[in-house]
This record gives sequence, C-alpha cells and structure tokens, in this order.
Amino acid sequence: MISNKIEGRRDLALRLSGITKRFGTLSANDNVDLSLHKGEVVALLGENGAGKTTLMNILFGHYLADQGEIEVFGKSIPKGDPRAALDSGIGMVHQHFALVEEMNVLENIVLGTENLLAIKSQKNTARERIRDLSSSVGLDVNPDAIVGSLSVGEKQRVEILKALYRGARILILDEPTAVLTPFEAEKLFATLKVLVSEGLSAIFISHKLNEAMEISDRVVVLRKGRVVGEKITRDSNPEELTSLMVGAEIETPEISAPVLGEVALDLENISTNIPEMRINLRNVSLSLNCGEITGLAGVSGNGQAALASLISGTTQVKEGTMRIFGEIPERWSPKVAVSKSIARIPEDRLHTGMIGDMSVVENIISEKYWTDRFSRFGFLTRQASEDFSHEVIKNYDVKCPSIETPVRLLSGGNIQKLILGRVLDESPLIILANQPTRGLDVGAVAYVHGQLLKARDRGAAILLISDDLEEILQISDRISVISNGRLSKITRRGELGVKELGALMTRHVPSSERLNDAT
Amino acid sequence: MRLEPRTETTLIRAVLMPCLAILVTLILAGILVMLADASPLEAFSLVLKGAAGSQFAILETLTRATPLIFTGLSVAVAFRAKLWNIGAEAQLYIGAVLTVIIGTQTLGLPPVILIALMMIISMIGGSIMLYGPALLKTRFGVDEVVTTLLLNFITLLFVSLLLEGVLKDPMGLGWPQTETVHGEARLPRLVQGKRLHFGFVIALFSSIVVWVIMAKTVLGYEMRAVGHNIVAARFAGISVNRVLLKTAVISGGLAALAGFSEVAGTKGNLTLDLSPGFGYTGIVVAMLALLHPIGVVFSAIFIAGVFVGADAMGRATGVPSFIADVIVAISLMTMVVAIMLTKFRVRFA
Amino acid sequence: MEALEILLSASFWIATIRIASPLIFATMGELLCERAGVLNLGIEGIMTAGAFAGWYTVYAGGDLWLGVAVAALTGMMFGLIHGFLTVPLGLSQHVTGIGTTLLATSITYFIYRVLLPQETSPPKIDPFAPLPIPFLSEIPLIGQALFAQTPLTYLAFILVGTIAWILNRTPAGTAIRAVGENPAAVESQGISVTLVRMSAVAVGSALMAVGGAFLTMSAFNSFFFEMINGRGWVCIALVVFGSWKPGKALLGAILFAAFDAYQVRLQSVVGNVVPYQVFLMMPYVLSILALIVMSRRAGYPKALMIPYLKGER
Repeated sequence: MISNKIEGRRDLALRLSGITKRFGTLSANDNVDLSLHKGEVVALLGENGAGKTTLMNILFGHYLADQGEIEVFGKSIPKGDPRAALDSGIGMVHQHFALVEEMNVLENIVLGTENLLAIKSQKNTARERIRDLSSSVGLDVNPDAIVGSLSVGEKQRVEILKALYRGARILILDEPTAVLTPFEAEKLFATLKVLVSEGLSAIFISHKLNEAMEISDRVVVLRKGRVVGEKITRDSNPEELTSLMVGAEIETPEISAPVLGEVALDLENISTNIPEMRINLRNVSLSLNCGEITGLAGVSGNGQAALASLISGTTQVKEGTMRIFGEIPERWSPKVAVSKSIARIPEDRLHTGMIGDMSVVENIISEKYWTDRFSRFGFLTRQASEDFSHEVIKNYDVKCPSIETPVRLLSGGNIQKLILGRVLDESPLIILANQPTRGLDVGAVAYVHGQLLKARDRGAAILLISDDLEEILQISDRISVISNGRLSKITRRGELGVKELGALMTRHVPSSERLNDAT
Repeated sequence: MRLEPRTETTLIRAVLMPCLAILVTLILAGILVMLADASPLEAFSLVLKGAAGSQFAILETLTRATPLIFTGLSVAVAFRAKLWNIGAEAQLYIGAVLTVIIGTQTLGLPPVILIALMMIISMIGGSIMLYGPALLKTRFGVDEVVTTLLLNFITLLFVSLLLEGVLKDPMGLGWPQTETVHGEARLPRLVQGKRLHFGFVIALFSSIVVWVIMAKTVLGYEMRAVGHNIVAARFAGISVNRVLLKTAVISGGLAALAGFSEVAGTKGNLTLDLSPGFGYTGIVVAMLALLHPIGVVFSAIFIAGVFVGADAMGRATGVPSFIADVIVAISLMTMVVAIMLTKFRVRFA
Repeated sequence: MEALEILLSASFWIATIRIASPLIFATMGELLCERAGVLNLGIEGIMTAGAFAGWYTVYAGGDLWLGVAVAALTGMMFGLIHGFLTVPLGLSQHVTGIGTTLLATSITYFIYRVLLPQETSPPKIDPFAPLPIPFLSEIPLIGQALFAQTPLTYLAFILVGTIAWILNRTPAGTAIRAVGENPAAVESQGISVTLVRMSAVAVGSALMAVGGAFLTMSAFNSFFFEMINGRGWVCIALVVFGSWKPGKALLGAILFAAFDAYQVRLQSVVGNVVPYQVFLMMPYVLSILALIVMSRRAGYPKALMIPYLKGER
C-alpha cells in the first residue's frame, strides 16, 4: 500500500525482489523485498544479526544471493558483480572502511575508475575533480594525505567521496555512525541531507532507532532475515518500530542495588605502548570492586582494545601500577591472568576466543588445559575435558551437534555461550566482557546480560566494554567513558543520560593535533 | 567463481576427493608418458610391477620409504604448527654427518648403545639446524621458508667441504666420500641378504610416537592450536614462541633420523648423493598424508613405490625416470586441491 | 693487497653486472607477485623451466628473441598454475609454491630427457653476444661493465625502471599495490582481486623465467641440471632486502652479484688456504644475514600470503 502511494509520486531507483541468502543452515536473508525511490532515504532498521549487512553485500555483489533479482533504475543487474553494481550507480560506504591505509586519498578514490591498461594515472585531473567535489558537498579532505593518518570521520568522508567521484546516484551507508562521535554523526547527517536534496537516493543501515527516524523518509524493518515492516517515518513512532525490530517485547532486566565488595582490580596511572594499536592507554586509573558492573562506553577505536589487551594479559604495563586484589603481579601473561581468576570474554569471539578448526571439546579447555584438571604428566586427560564440555553445553544451553564439531560451524550466539561456559566455570572474581553481545540476536543478548548480572550478584567485579551505549546504560552500575586513550570521571548509574555521555565521547582531539602529539 | 565453506564434511567426500586427486595425477602424468612415446597403461603397470610386483620390489620400496617416513614426519609435525620447515634436506645431512662421525670411531660400546648414541646425537644435530631458523622467526620475524631453503644449500656445501677435508676417506681413491661406519654401528637387516633394515622399524615406531605426541599430549595440543589460530592460541595463554621452538626441535630431529637411517642402514658411508631430495619429497609425503603421522607411513610407501617403480619402468621403456618426480609434484598439487574441496564448495556465478 | 685490487679490475665489474642480470629479472618478478600479495615460491622451478625453454627454442633452430618469448610464456604458464591455486582457490602459498617448484623442475627435467635422451654433455647454442654501446662503453672501469653487455642485461635494467613506473604511476600499479595491502578495498571499487593478482603472478612468473633463460642464453650457452642452484631463493631474500621497492631491490641484486663475483676472484687469491666451498656458501649466508637485518624494518605488503576469498564472511 505504502509503496504504491510513493511510486505514484516518484520513480523507482532500486528494487530488490525475493532475495534469499543462506550461510549453511542459517537464512541470513529470506525472500526480502526492498525498494528505493529517487531522492528518498530509506532506513534499513534491524537488530544486530537481522541480515542488513548481508542484504547490502548482496546488492553490492560481494555476496552471491541464492535467489532473487536486483533492479537499478529499471534495469536488472548481474548478481555477484561489484563492478556492475558500481556502474549502475550504486555507491557503498562500508561499515569497515574499504580503504588502503598505506595509499593516499587520491589513489584510494581513483582506484578502479581509470583504464587498467593506461600507461599513466591522470592524477592532476583527478586531484582537481576531488577538490571540486569535496568543496561542493562540504566533505573536506586533503587528496594527498595518507589514509592511514586520517581520523575515522575523515576516512568516512573519503568513502563517501569514492562513491560520489564515480557518480553514484544511490548511496548505501552501512552503520555509518557506529564509528563516529555524535558530533561527527551530525555532520554526516547534514552532508547526507545536502546530497539527497541534489537528487541522490540513500539506504541508511542502522540498528539505532533514533537516528533512523531522524534521517529517513521511510523505514524498512528487518528481523531474522525477513522484512517484518515498512513504515513512512513521519507516520510512525519509536514504540511501533521497536516492537517490529525486536519482535516480542523484551524485558529489561531488573537490577538490584549492588553489594560492593573489596577492590578486585586496580589500575593506577596506567599507560601502554602497543605498536600495533593506534590509540594506547594514557594515564588511566580505574578500580573495579567486587559485586559491581563497570560499563566502559566510547566510540570504538579509542583505546578499548588496549585496555582489554592489558587486562587479558596479552599486553604489559608500560607505566603505572596494576594490582589484583592488592598484589602487583610479578609476571603478566594470559596464563597469569587466568590463574588470577580473571575471566576474559574477547571482542572477536571466533578468531580470538576460539580456534575455529578445532572441536568444541578442544576449545573448551584452551585456557586451562595445562592444569591438573585436564592434563597429567604432559598428557591430556580426555575424560575430564569431555565431562567439562557436556557440563557447559548443558548448563549454558549450547546448541551443537556433538562435542567433536569444529567450532567454526556454530552460530555466533552458541560460540559466545561456549566462551561464557569456559570462563565462568570456576566462578571467576574478575570478568572482562569486551563487546559481549556484538552481532548476537536479541535472545542471546538477553542471555549474556543475564549471566553477567548473575556473576555480579555472586560477587564478581565486571568490566563491560561496549560500543553500544544502550547496553552500557542497561546493565552497568557505574559508567566511564573512554576517549582517545583516556578515561572520564566515573558516574553512578542514572547520573548521566545518553546526551551527556555522548558529549563525553566527543571530547575528541582533531586528527591534525593528534599527529603532532605523536611526533 | 566463488568458494563457500561446507557446513559438514561427509566421510564419502573425505575419501573420494583424495582418490580423485590420484586419478587426475595419473591422467596428467599419462599425458607426459605419451609425450615420451610410450603407452601410459603399460608404463603404469610397469611402475606397479616395479614397485610391488615381487618380494624384491616390495622390500626395495620399503627401503626407499624409510627415509621418507622420517622426513615426512618431520614436515608433518612442523606444518601442523605452521612452522614451514623446508630444510629437512639440511637436517638429514647433518644427521648423516654426525652418524658417520660416531660410527667410524672405535668406542668399544655395545651395538645397541652405540646405535642409540648415533640416533640421539644426530637428532640433536638436526634439531639445532631447525632451531636456528625458528629462533630467527620468533625473535626477528625472519621468514623460515627462505632461511631453511638457503640452509639446504649451505649445508650441502658444508658436507662437501667435510667430504673433501676432514671426513675424506683416505682409501676412497679420491672420491669425496667418508669411511664406512663400523659393523656394530650398522642397523641389522630385516630380511637376510636384502637391503631392508631395522631403520624401517624405527620409522614405524617414530610415526606412532609422533601420533601420540600430536594427539594425546599437552605439547601436541599446543602445536595444533598454534597452527590453526595463532591469535587465539596466544590469547588462551599458549606461549607461541616456545611452542614453535619445541616444534623445531622435534621436526629437525625427525629429519636427522632420515640421515642416520640412510647411513647406518642403507649406505654405510656418506656421499653427496646420499639423499636424492628426500627432504623436499618429505613435504609431499606429509601433505598427501594430510599431516597425519600414521598417514605419513602410507604416503611414504606410496611415493617410494612411485620412485622405485619408475626406475624399473624407465629401464624397460625408455621413459625418463623423472616421471616419478613429476607424479610426486602433481600429486601434491591435486591433493591440496582435493583437501580444499572437502572443506569448500565451488560455485560459479 | 691483491684482494683489494680485484675491485679495480674491469672484469670484476663486468662479471658483477652479468651475475646480477638474471637476479634482477627474477627479483622484479617476485617483487611484482609479492606486491600483489602472493608469495611465489615457484620461482626456483620457474627459473629452471625458463632456462630450458629459452635454450631449447634456440637449440631447435629458433631465434634468440623467440627463445626469450617462449621462456616467458613457459614461466607464465607455471605462474598461472600457482596463481590459480593460491588466488581463487586460496590455498597455502607456501605449500603451493614449493609444489610449483617441484612441478616445474621435474617436468623440465623429464622433457629434457625426452627431447635429448642420449646427450651426456649438454649441447651448446650461440647465445646473445655483447652489444657495446659506442663511446659509453669506453668509460674506464665501469664502461665495459654497464655498456658492453648483452641486450638482455640492458633489458634487465630497463625493466627495473618500468616496474617502478608501473607500480607508482599507472592505474594498474595502484591496483596491484592496493590488492597487496587491502584486497577488500579493491573489490569495493569494482576491480576483480582475482584478475589483478593472477595477472601480477603471471607477469611476475614470466620475468622469473626470463631470468632463468638469461643463464642459458646469455651468461652460458647450454642447459644443465641444477643450474639455478638456489638463485630463486636468493631472489626472495633480495625482495625482502629491497623492502619491496624495485630500486632498492636492484641495489641489493648488484651488491649480491658483486659479492659473488668478488668471492670467485678471491678464491684464486686465497683459495689454497680457504676451501672453495666456504666461498660458494657466502652468497647464501649473505642472503640470510640480509633477511635478519632487514626483516625488522621491512614494510611488507599487509595482505602478503593472505588469500582473499570473495564472499567470505
């Protein structure tokens, strides 16, 4: 009905019909229809794992759909061919930027637009065009800057310029604000509005309701790979969209008042120096008490990785003091961290937390295989690890065909449950939960939160690192914000709202200054 | 063309694919045989006959398989931990040199002790040969492929230096060869009057030991974890560098046993052509066995059969015996593709 | 001091450039592959195949330049095998590379024996003759070395500039570098990662083969077994030594060749005290040392040895 009304008014820019994509047994997209009209912004809304990115990757030709048709400006385009998608006028701003960090902005933008057999790149002409383009739409960026030296916001501008340089008429932005500060996000929205007023159409992928409502004309809601609703934005309201997104009403967990115990982990003026990381910790002090969840909010890439790496044992303290139950550990390694009762839930659960090609039973013991429980005289005690696997599978409701199944064949939620089972087994006193629910479906998210709260109530000290402010606000007893490697003052639950916390995140240093800082 | 991971690997596919690989190998090799103006079917049946057609042929094949089992195990262990040891050839020669040095001394030890001593010393030598590159890898990030490859050339020159210098046999009529080891330093024959020697038994035993290490021990677990996912292994608390160094010790030692067994079992002395590329062929042996230690025994026997059979076939038909090397090389390529096809599905867009 | 006088002899410098030439071809070939993100350990075998293919073409009556072309095509063919297995199929570049070397070497030897079954001493051809450039070749000390070489040597030097130009100045070069650093970025711009990587490996392998052919058609005049003798592996070390940059790699190749030429001459001076094997070992030892020194600061392509499978999650 709605589509018909709009179609009457405006021409169709893009139509996806009957898109189905399966990864193994999982249906990432199930018979999805989506249309976009000229000059329109459609928000593709859905929880993590609802299939939004998959759909866009199909549209862009990165994935090959099992079924379905794609039509751009009335012409159907071949499947699985990024070139055809680009040529038809689609431009994509990837969530993980598709940029070559080692090359400059100009080369990144021009890449693929020139004849590959030409004997010389026309860099001067291109430079002029980029300058013109960037000033006309207000996307300011130096064409000769090396991409690796740019800030996240600037990199995103390069991504948008890449699309515009090719004359894209349909822009797809995949979770564009996930890496931006609220201030940068506002700038992005302004740019987007300018572009749309000039006739561009856009699909804006997001799991954040408020921004979807702010930017879009129409909202399409995706849940578990299916389109479950389509609404004109101004005729809709947040409550309606939320219930579409989530399906059943989910209960926000009841949180009792924390019962504080002793200080479990104490960081005092800590700095790190990890060469691979762009942002290290700078003079960070933080102490975690037993019986409390400390939420660490912040735009990703502001030092969270360094902090997680430090607590996980994969990084050494460069300056400052770290105490665990009052003691300064003599040596610091993952093994020591585990033996000091630290449970580590890593950010990348499949590639850091698990060894995909090894079985469930082998992964379940990976942190403790060397203890007397799982090995004797250098030989593994198979029975113990099998028993442990069955126990975890049962207690944590892990769905897997057998304990011999390679972990890579399990779903993200089940992998996370395995990790929870592994690390929570001996009632650890300190828990590092780094992005524990990223990419999980709603049920799994609730499960993880429930487990963390349970651990808190039995007296564990928990550090929850998350990009998702909602999550932080939901289950943390107190909150700190990390920005550019530094921590903000800690606030108690309820003291600050989304706006104030957002402001703390934006306290960011412009990239030029940061560069000077580094030298 | 795209690859999509399979969610399950059926047993049939796991068996069928390698068989298909062998078939493709034979077809491609058959084309080359036709180039040499011979009938592929006849040539292959001659290879089969030459490799397994008589008691003599079988014993020859097993003799030839013995060093390949050792180098195959060496490579299988190293590759399992993703330590790319391409230097089994060098480790083999160091093992051989040390075996000759001990075996030509008059030590007055009982044979069993003497042979054990030769084994242990040669293993230590081989271990050190790979420990160096492993150390360079873990300390400085130097790619071990290139260093182990280059060490093969350096080692061969070093052996040549010894053969023309301190280890030169004074009775050797000027040939670059060493003296023959004493009788008590020789491995006993398994069949009276035939070349097959006790080294084969040691090789079988080694493959069982390696299997136990890989499958049942903490070290084997660590090695597999490091090989599959170094980031996760490190995160779990495995000391990756230490595991790689231990892997190097085991892998280098195993390759050195090939040199030990060739000197003490087959040849008796050391010349520069002791190994016709056993170290390199070990890579194929290991890959055909899917890096499984017990599988190594079978793939070593298969490859040894190809070599022994091709020699016989070459004498009968005039097809150059290099066909064996070709078959071995092609089978390596087809096998890696076959392994991939058990894990992935190919889709054409 | 006789050992130092070597450096002042024109013949030393001539030999240096001659020894460097095949290394330059093969190093540029490997560099091209690695900049595109593909380690090509097939180099040793591809050089062997190229050496034979070029030489045999001439032996069978072909023109010298036809020989070079046949060598290049042969190399390209093996390059495509390695490329196909490692790029679209994403197989281990280590294992496949070693496999390519074993395959190319064994097929070459097999065909050599099929074509020349009876030969015990390898037959000879008329190789490329030196082509002195007027005036320039009369510059003392280096004139003969740089300007009185065979055409293939000149080609080697021109090649370095060409590769540098391609990598830095052309759209194709941008694509090659990008595909070696972040293939996803290249795919997102509508260029096929597979196409770029395969092309780089094919062209790179052709260059390796020409490097091999230089040995049989310019430096020597016949083909014999084991004649590549680890030169391919040395070239891999040279690429690292040159930090994946053509100019620096050229410098490395010349340095290496100078050392090689020097040790040969030094043998005749001190050969009676030091065994000749020690001299022969030196190039390999030098390569390892170069790797150790350079690996700390080497700016290797980020996607080197990492397969890119389209549609991977």
